[in-house]
Amino acid sequence: MSSDTRTAAEIADALAAGDTTSVEVTRAHLDRIAAVDGDVHAFLHVDAEGALRDAAAADERRGSGRPASALDGVPIAVKDVLATRGLPTTCGSRILEGWVPPYDATVVARLRAAGLPILGKTNMDEFAMGSSTEHSAYGATHNPWDLTRIPGGSGGGSAAAVAAYEAPLAIGTDTGGSIRQPGAVTGTVGVKPTYGGVSRYGLVALANSLDQAGPVTRTVLDAALLHEIIGGHDPLDSTSIDAPVGDLVAAARRGADGDLSGVRIGVVTELGGEGYQAGVLARFRESVELMTKAGAEVVEVSCPHFVHALATYYLILPAEASSNLARFDAMRYGLRVTPDGSPSAEEVMRVTREAGFGDEVKRRIILGTYALSSGYYDAYYGQAQKVRTLISRDFDAAFGRADVLVSPTAPTTAFKLGEKVDDPLAMYLNDLATIPANLSGVPGISVPSGLADEDGLPAGVQILAPATADDRVYRVGAALESLLAQQWGGRLLDRAPALEGAR
Amino acid sequence: MPEISRDEVAHLADLARIDLSDAELDHLAPQLSVILESVASITGVAGDDVPPTSHALPLTNVFRDDVVRPGLTAEEALSGAPAVEQQRFRVPRILGEEQ
Repeated sequence: MSSDTRTAAEIADALAAGDTTSVEVTRAHLDRIAAVDGDVHAFLHVDAEGALRDAAAADERRGSGRPASALDGVPIAVKDVLATRGLPTTCGSRILEGWVPPYDATVVARLRAAGLPILGKTNMDEFAMGSSTEHSAYGATHNPWDLTRIPGGSGGGSAAAVAAYEAPLAIGTDTGGSIRQPGAVTGTVGVKPTYGGVSRYGLVALANSLDQAGPVTRTVLDAALLHEIIGGHDPLDSTSIDAPVGDLVAAARRGADGDLSGVRIGVVTELGGEGYQAGVLARFRESVELMTKAGAEVVEVSCPHFVHALATYYLILPAEASSNLARFDAMRYGLRVTPDGSPSAEEVMRVTREAGFGDEVKRRIILGTYALSSGYYDAYYGQAQKVRTLISRDFDAAFGRADVLVSPTAPTTAFKLGEKVDDPLAMYLNDLATIPANLSGVPGISVPSGLADEDGLPAGVQILAPATADDRVYRVGAALESLLAQQWGGRLLDRAPALEGAR
Repeated sequence: MPEISRDEVAHLADLARIDLSDAELDHLAPQLSVILESVASITGVAGDDVPPTSHALPLTNVFRDDVVRPGLTAEEALSGAPAVEQQRFRVPRILGEEQ
């Protein structure tokens, strides 16, 4: 069985030309899932029937010359943290096992309105807490490049699905790097839009002030096409930006010519060096050189408070998460464990949360409860909010000197499954370079930068832009992608080993 | 930065309404100490003159017109409930035995 390695844009062109049908494309991806997902485990739920029904409807629209969008009929996978009406939504947690939401998240409603058949729901660290997908209550996802390694997290399922050609497109969410870091370690593209650029309605909240949904794809153009569909103002999200999403597809197409004349690129001093793998840094430096040759002006910029970003994040995130996850009280939805006798609601809640939450969720809820408790609030949570201001000021100063900022996306390539699962601090370090963007709400993209010499595994370059200037990450991302493709004579994913099931 | 003791973790778990077994307490307490020690590095980084940021982008309150819009039906709202009675969420007793 061969896999469909076409980009979403190519599939859309073939659909528009009448060379293929959505039913054919959707069925091919469902077949691919059946063949390889036993090994990869990117999906928690596959909806073959629903996807084929939506595909048939898309074919009818195309047939009558009225496609619902540029991507009408192109199938997609959705991270299991977004509510999907009629489809299970577990957030990778036992506490939501079997929950079927009675409503769609706005992102999902927009995908449906645009005609994209939903193949299924992808695996993730429980409530998006993690960098490896090992904290899923339903078992880890495996990296298609090496099945003994992590696919990144929390959105390892979405990235692996796209890397393994199980889906041409996927939706992820990024609270501290959960779209970009999986992109880097699987050789795919991931975009965290500006905070407020994509609606959070129906996204089960981890940390409200940091969460943002975005595209998970194999190319920058595909990400732009998807971003334009899911982005834009939503009255159901009070933090949604009330402005048009911008012409992102045009920015990606413009960037693809590889010309970066007049673009000022800032290399962030604090996001590199110690703690970064040599092969990751080597690919990063080559990417910067390529962009320089393409006309970009490269400057080094210092963001001195970024060294405090990780600590700031691990106070703000647990504080918000401990408050958000209080909604899992065993009363209105999800798991209820009832101890013997005549237990009170509070006793039922305690026992249910012990049984329903995994280790990492318990760690962070307790950490957040600590950070918010009186006596510690000012010293930790209050201080973290102030440092957040200083980090945003660093960004402001840096964007005064550069149009975009660049760094390696993740400090290392994919590590072995099990290696860091019970060492929380070692796990947290994976998000070192991605966290500042979430704290300040700025958009970022991860683009594959090549394979590290030490282990032959993918690395990524991160490109950050000022808030609401998402078009810049698409322009520069597409330029870098195109310059690297010329050098390699193809895409990085072309070099991924074939999966067993596909032979 | 004070070490976080096993008793403190038990107290926090109580506040967070999560039962933890003895084994979990033994496992979590030292891990939380390490994490807290690490995040304590931000103490003193920002002076009193730095305003706190709660959201990355400036927000103003959002209102909508007070008009009725379609919402979930009672059946839909109750569809995920662990127990339902007479179109309501059925919950365990909320008061102590003696009350």
